[in-house]
Amino acid sequence: MSLSDFMQQAMSRWMKGGGPQDDIILSSRIRIARNLQDLPFPILQTDVHAEQVISDVQNAMAHPDVQKLGTFEFARCREMSQLDRHVLVEKHLISKDLADQVRHGAVVLRNDEVMSIMINEEDHLRIQVIMPGFRLTEAWQLANAMDDALEGQLPYAFDDTLGYLTACPTNVGTGIRASVMMHLPGLVLSGQVNRMLSAVSQVGLTVRGLYGEGSEAAGNIFQVSNQVTLGESEEEIINNLSSVVQQLIDHERAARRALLQQNREVLEDRVCRSFGILAYARRMDSKESLQRLSDVRLGIDLGIIKGVSAGILQELTVMTQPAFLQKYYGQELGPSERDIRRATLIRERLRLDTEVR
Amino acid sequence: MLCQRCHERQATVHLKKVVSGEETEYHLCEVCAMEQGDWIAKAMKAFDFNHLLSGLLNTDSSPGIPSQVQAPLRCDVCGMTYQQFTDVGRFGCPHCYKSFAPRLNALLRRIQSSTTHTGKVPNRAGEAVQRRRRLEQLRKQLNQAIAAERYEEAAHLRDQIRQLEQASGH
Ligand SMILES: [Zn+2]
Ligand SMILES: [Zn+2]
Repeated sequence: MSLSDFMQQAMSRWMKGGGPQDDIILSSRIRIARNLQDLPFPILQTDVHAEQVISDVQNAMAHPDVQKLGTFEFARCREMSQLDRHVLVEKHLISKDLADQVRHGAVVLRNDEVMSIMINEEDHLRIQVIMPGFRLTEAWQLANAMDDALEGQLPYAFDDTLGYLTACPTNVGTGIRASVMMHLPGLVLSGQVNRMLSAVSQVGLTVRGLYGEGSEAAGNIFQVSNQVTLGESEEEIINNLSSVVQQLIDHERAARRALLQQNREVLEDRVCRSFGILAYARRMDSKESLQRLSDVRLGIDLGIIKGVSAGILQELTVMTQPAFLQKYYGQELGPSERDIRRATLIRERLRLDTEVR
Repeated sequence: MLCQRCHERQATVHLKKVVSGEETEYHLCEVCAMEQGDWIAKAMKAFDFNHLLSGLLNTDSSPGIPSQVQAPLRCDVCGMTYQQFTDVGRFGCPHCYKSFAPRLNALLRRIQSSTTHTGKVPNRAGEAVQRRRRLEQLRKQLNQAIAAERYEEAAHLRDQIRQLEQASGH
């Protein structure tokens, strides 16, 4: 299969870019946690309980109210290969915890991969919507519609005072986690990022790296999300996050302008050097490729590099992850073999754009 | 001061984080600060949990009764004890929230911004809440009407409240 065919098939909607302020916001994501009444949470689940949750959700999915929200596919984790599960993790469609939940886990995926439902992860249900660009409200509306449709069929665990009951008390209430993935090279290069992020954490938001907990902020990509789920409405949570994110966007833009004005040569050198390395290197570890891709993307956004699509940052960030590489090359690859194939894939991808031009 | 994370380099980045009025400080080197996003989130979690555990396990032994005499707090639906909950940080079933209610408020105040849900209410399971929110609103209006000596309006509001209360079987 050619690379462009493979990409057509393998890319989620959010990876293709587009949407408001997508020069800085790579994606917006809403995830809501829901549980079924009268059943233990997955941590205490027996096979019988797990099957009950899965069959209840499957029945609910068949209802016309749910079906009108799109075309969905259902798969149990144990029916998928480990590689396929990890590809879904790398595409941010399911969590690593669900991928490891082989026995009881299952996933529902809309065909454009904008919406997914994790079943029997930490909670019985986690409805997720991920969209390119700054679109938290739109993502919430879609997740909310799915939630309404499912609630029509499923008896949710809901408490009059505490709201939606979740396995972890950090999710109780609204059960909502809203997050945006931001590319902030300007703030990192100008040395302002720590100050900014510490300000962000002071207003009750959390900052993480590219792949959430346990991952570094590689490639100047940061995920900002709400921490509190109880005591504020979904709209308040989203508005609060949005206004902080908008401030980060403004600072990032100002930082980019200042860099361009004060250090144009240094910046151009950095960007073009990274482009050259990506275009010709024969080995590339994942950390370096993320950093170089970030440089090139910045160069594209600032008009230093032309004729390369801006989407390469999110495309290649995901496609050069271990599971994705092995999926593309159709074989198991050790770390050093992956570095070689990663470099090859990046070269091929860059050539695709230059040919188009 | 050495970096809290790697314990090798000098801490040059000093961060403060405030959630629900609780302030924590972090002292990191440049390198660790760059990689900090997630580390801080984890540290916060550990902090929250250790803190609430030590705080909560001590708070509610009633005076005069030695604590070892009390039966362990246990969920009568799933069987999880409060101790198990604090060990894993996860409840066993939705009913645990009721079973552990005496100790939950302090915990929720620490990790959340309040102890009352004000967001979405489901259509089916949430009828009672919708009624409660309507009642709260009417009572507020009633108080305002009385304070402003608008007695006719107050009487009308009182009727509405009574009706709603009767409908819900109060
Ligand atoms: Zn350090
Ligand atoms: Zn329980």
